[in-house]
Amino acid sequence: MRLLSRLGQWFDHRLQLAAPIREAVEHPVPRRTASWFYVFGSAALTVFCLQLVTGILLAFTYVPSAGEAWSSLQALNHDITLGWFIRALHGWGSNFMVAIVLIHMVQVFLFGAYKFPRELTWIVGVFLLLVTLGMAFSGQVLRFDQDAYWGLGIGASIASRVPVAGPAVVKLMLGGPIIAGATLSRFFALHVFVIPGLLIGFVCLHLLMVLKLGINEWPMPGRIVKRATYLSEYHALTKKDGAPFVPYAVWKDLFFAGVVILAVAACAVYFGPFGPTGRPDPTIIQTVPKPDYFFLWLYAVLSLLPPSMETPALLIGPVVIIGGLLLLPFLSGEGEKSWRRRPIAVLTVLLVAITLGTFTHLAEYAPWSPQMNAWSGAPVPVRFLHATTALERQGALVFQGKQCRNCHSLGDSGGQRGPALDSVAVRLTQDQLIRQVIQGGGNMPAYGKNLSPAETTALVAFLETLHPAGQPAARDASRDLLGQ
Amino acid sequence: MTPNETNLSRRGLFMKLGILFNGFVAAALAVPIGRFLLSSITRGRANGYLSWVSLGDVDKFPEGETRLATFRNPLVMPTDGKTADTACWVRRVAGDQFQVFAVNCAHLGCPVRWFPQSGLFMCPCHGGAYYRDGSRASGPPERGLFEYPYKVENGLITIQAGEMPTPGPNALMRKESPCGCSPA
Repeated sequence: MRLLSRLGQWFDHRLQLAAPIREAVEHPVPRRTASWFYVFGSAALTVFCLQLVTGILLAFTYVPSAGEAWSSLQALNHDITLGWFIRALHGWGSNFMVAIVLIHMVQVFLFGAYKFPRELTWIVGVFLLLVTLGMAFSGQVLRFDQDAYWGLGIGASIASRVPVAGPAVVKLMLGGPIIAGATLSRFFALHVFVIPGLLIGFVCLHLLMVLKLGINEWPMPGRIVKRATYLSEYHALTKKDGAPFVPYAVWKDLFFAGVVILAVAACAVYFGPFGPTGRPDPTIIQTVPKPDYFFLWLYAVLSLLPPSMETPALLIGPVVIIGGLLLLPFLSGEGEKSWRRRPIAVLTVLLVAITLGTFTHLAEYAPWSPQMNAWSGAPVPVRFLHATTALERQGALVFQGKQCRNCHSLGDSGGQRGPALDSVAVRLTQDQLIRQVIQGGGNMPAYGKNLSPAETTALVAFLETLHPAGQPAARDASRDLLGQ
Repeated sequence: MTPNETNLSRRGLFMKLGILFNGFVAAALAVPIGRFLLSSITRGRANGYLSWVSLGDVDKFPEGETRLATFRNPLVMPTDGKTADTACWVRRVAGDQFQVFAVNCAHLGCPVRWFPQSGLFMCPCHGGAYYRDGSRASGPPERGLFEYPYKVENGLITIQAGEMPTPGPNALMRKESPCGCSPA
């Protein structure tokens, strides 16, 4: 023991770090901040450390070459002892990190921690969110499978919409004219060197400011932040009602960090690694690319925006969102911190959460995408064929054979791009059905050129049978007048 | 002026000169580094990425039908693997009259699939659909499918390719479908 302390002294004579470290960890924090609400920042840092370690381990095997990456991931999954577990830890760690960073941001926003004098801490935090998302996207690219390949295509298509510089931005992003070896290499450099470098730099700044400015005190309704008086009030608070960060508050951080790492490991063991999906061969076009979880909302937005709104939304949206986040501490740098006195802040968080949640939920089953195999894979339910004529059955065949089912469901199976047709005859008369089939419209292609008159007749005869028992099909009243 | 102040300004001058010198060195190095970083843009400007690539015998493509064809990208790097292979849809309208479409949807680049029964190209991502001549049928795309310029010589069909088509305002292959003509 004495030897150990002498060894410690020997090092400290040379490094002289013990005093500043002790000062940093024992700095007084307001007592009420030793709270379970204040553990998310340290948890995000812990998961980032896990990502660093597992990322380095993956680099022992991973080959950043468009020809080899996919096979090296297969080797990790199947050949190398516990390679699957390290991949799963890294993949789940990524999801946890994005989630915890978002939770941390919401907590900081609702507790008013971005207000004077912590404006710059918040701004660096916004950059930390952006680089975290950058890590998530570039990591998805390194899992070089079909989703990664076509995800890059989507990224390039978005980048190409930048006015004037579009094509140059695309080539800069891809490292050439197509998605290929050069693309993967530069995303590897981004994911492994550039973005982590930025992330570590921003984390250091962020932590330094937390130490220098002190942790945000527990917001009390009615305790107003004023630039002139805040600093002295904060110091008085830490003096009167403060406690050293270590050990008074740190034990909660430690416990939560342990729980989070255990949760990542549990997900990794239970759910396993993410992909890789199919081989990144652009000639295999039987694929349904989907982005990773935290970009699903964007996938939904891109499907649901009207076409004319899309480019402006893609180019202006990010500027407005990021600009708004950066300006926030300057727009409301003083005043109430407590969320109990900030209804607009609470409503904003709820609105954003519900919006993102709804888009993510929609993207999980993608009702806007045709179901490519419904026409040959989903049979017409028998009840729709019961007691039908030969012509109507012929129409049901046309309905399947012409892929109507890819976009229209019957009996809850089939695409949801167009309306379900279980009771279409109640909504449309015979003439309206014929017109809709032949001319399309309302986002439906026109089938006039692809249906013979006989096929159209049969199809419409079948569609006219699609109404609930006891509810008659729609009729054109003018025909009754004419006695037809 | 006391000697002390003279000394200080002399040191100060050397420091400023040192900063200036390093600035020159940095600027001199920035030029090649910048050129290296932007090479994927400038290379395309200087030589162009496009060349004529053969899709093979025209007889592989029956009249009135649309078939998937593949070609190797004209510019290949050793690490490209399968990613340099590219697919395209070849529609033989009649005789030597063709339309060659990129598989990339004009919305966000996902691979469209051809359904001969309904005469439609459908995109699995956001639900874009196109008619057999490549014109927009429905969904989020703002235009028809991208078409490669083609020519037919000695019974072989070749297309001008080499760049992934993207939908931006200055993108290549802006020509709106349908065309039905040989632009070559």
